[in-house]
Amino acid sequence: MIRFLIKGILRDSSRSLLPIIVVSIGVFLTVFLSGFLRGIFGDITELNARFTTGHVKVVTKAYADNESQFPNELALTGVDILSGNLKKEFPSMEWVERIHTGGLLDVPDESGETRDQGQAVATAIDLLSPGSHEAERMNIPKSIVRGNIPSKSGEALVSDDFATRFKVPVGGKVTLFGTTMNGSMMIKTFIVSGTLKFGNTLLDRGALIMDLGDAKQALDMDDSAGEILGYFNSGTYDDIMAQQVQKSFNEKYTKAGDDLAPYMERLTEQEGLGDYIKLAEGAGSIMVFIFVIAMSVVLWNTGLLGGLRRYREYGVRLALGEEKKHIYITSLYEAVLIGVIGSFIGTGIGLGLSLYLQWHGIDISSLFRNIGMMLPSVYRSKVTSDLFYIGFIPGVLATVLGSSLAGFAIYKRETARLFHELEV
Amino acid sequence: MSKILAIIASFLLFAGFAEPDANLILDRVDKNMSSKNRIFNSEMIIQSRRSTRTLTMLSYTQGSNQSYTEYLSPAREKGTKMLKKSNQLWIYMPSEDRIIQITGQMLRQSVMGSDLSYEDLMEDRKLKDMYNARVAGNDTVGSRNTYVLVLTARVEDVAYQTQKIWVDMERSVPLKQEMFAKSGQILKRTLLSEVTQIQGKWFPMRILYKDMLKEGIGTEFRFTSIKFDQEIPEYIFSKAALKQ
Repeated sequence: MIRFLIKGILRDSSRSLLPIIVVSIGVFLTVFLSGFLRGIFGDITELNARFTTGHVKVVTKAYADNESQFPNELALTGVDILSGNLKKEFPSMEWVERIHTGGLLDVPDESGETRDQGQAVATAIDLLSPGSHEAERMNIPKSIVRGNIPSKSGEALVSDDFATRFKVPVGGKVTLFGTTMNGSMMIKTFIVSGTLKFGNTLLDRGALIMDLGDAKQALDMDDSAGEILGYFNSGTYDDIMAQQVQKSFNEKYTKAGDDLAPYMERLTEQEGLGDYIKLAEGAGSIMVFIFVIAMSVVLWNTGLLGGLRRYREYGVRLALGEEKKHIYITSLYEAVLIGVIGSFIGTGIGLGLSLYLQWHGIDISSLFRNIGMMLPSVYRSKVTSDLFYIGFIPGVLATVLGSSLAGFAIYKRETARLFHELEV
Repeated sequence: MSKILAIIASFLLFAGFAEPDANLILDRVDKNMSSKNRIFNSEMIIQSRRSTRTLTMLSYTQGSNQSYTEYLSPAREKGTKMLKKSNQLWIYMPSEDRIIQITGQMLRQSVMGSDLSYEDLMEDRKLKDMYNARVAGNDTVGSRNTYVLVLTARVEDVAYQTQKIWVDMERSVPLKQEMFAKSGQILKRTLLSEVTQIQGKWFPMRILYKDMLKEGIGTEFRFTSIKFDQEIPEYIFSKAALKQ
């Protein structure tokens, strides 16, 4: 019977073309949007991981509670040993130290007095150690507008916005004024090796990037760091693995009641990123739900129209003695076949476009020039294994649901009036 | 005659129970706390979560507009100098040979990790010039009887919108102060003690500052020596003096 129905679908395009087109479009949108939304949320999460949260982060509890104020007086101590232990105990991850501090960024005149100044947020990363991936992780090479990455101690990068606003040339001097870990005054002068623009207001507003060694010396943090970030060597966040690492670390190093002891938190526990990830994971389900409802309504209507168009056919079949139930069931089989064909076509197109956008992405940085959120400038899809079948759920379900609703009309036909209706 | 005596007696009795003049109390406080100029050595004991540091300083102040402070110890701070002229503040750090002007939000930041802000350090005007006062009642601080005054800012450029001060009735010296923001949130509390008479003025030699928005037990500021109305050369209050 299946072969018979397939022949019917292929040969009588008037009854199958429109439903297949509708299903294909719906499935295409489901697959493509699921992949694209997953990609966007994934990119946002990954961007935050690279800049601020890591896949896991080791801080003191006291530091974590006041993190937005960069409380370096509450920073981790004994980090040389701690970093060494982390590298030994969790070799599947790369561990990096970072320091953040806030203060005034001062531009001196020829006599060494203040010419201009503005508020600054300084980030110290390992720029000078051979083999460090920190500059690439923070996308610094691609963000350089003028000059170069610091090649020696005493050099720093400043945001291009700041440099332009205060006319700071590459090779010029800026002084960072703030507070050391012990509360002393910190004044450190840097030579500007280059300027950079991340394309994000939050990062570009008065940013200074310096080498970790310079920061440790200036802030009296010789064996200390604000945070130690851990990144999976695979480059992708894995929450189950992260939980294992966190559990193992906190059992060994975190002491109850001591909020200056090292404490590990996962990416999903920081800055609401857990909600993002849940949203990303739920994106597919949301799409499926929306399109099952929307397509069911459309296909119901299509089924009703088809029913009207096939009014005579059903009448003849009933007149020939075919049972109403059998006609209804064959229409449902037909719906399943149409759903599968449409889902194949929609999934193929959706996956194709998703793969293209996974490789190439869409650059929409020009739309987000002045926003404060940390958002990526290029958005990519993410093709995952579930995209290969996710479209079949709304595709088949909606056609069956639509046909089953429209098919009730078959039961309303009265055999006694058939010959009159068929004008026999 | 008896009627006149009765009227005088009732007037004196009424006067005795009348609220003391808040402005008069503030005047007496300002006379003790302010001077034409002063030179003092002091130490600041800053307690943080991990350590306790003691800084020693030599300071010169001229009226309420000019002051100069040189940090003498510890070694990390030695040679750091601060100059205040009117509402401007400069800091000189010998290790970088830079003079930096402190402005804007930075003025509200902590000085050397203490409970004092740069704004606190800069404020040296007479209370009467900045606040309207009213007496809110009497209280005791330690064993001393005090007037409790509520001060409300009458000029724009003050760090604290309102203050509550406990003034020693006998010596006209504040023994306790609470500073509030416009919202009514308490920002700082100071306890003043070791009141000593120097050159005819009652002066608190020890002040415990507590930033109420920070954890910790506060910062102790202690005058180790103080001289009022001395001859201070004018060049001390110049930027050139910072680099010397």
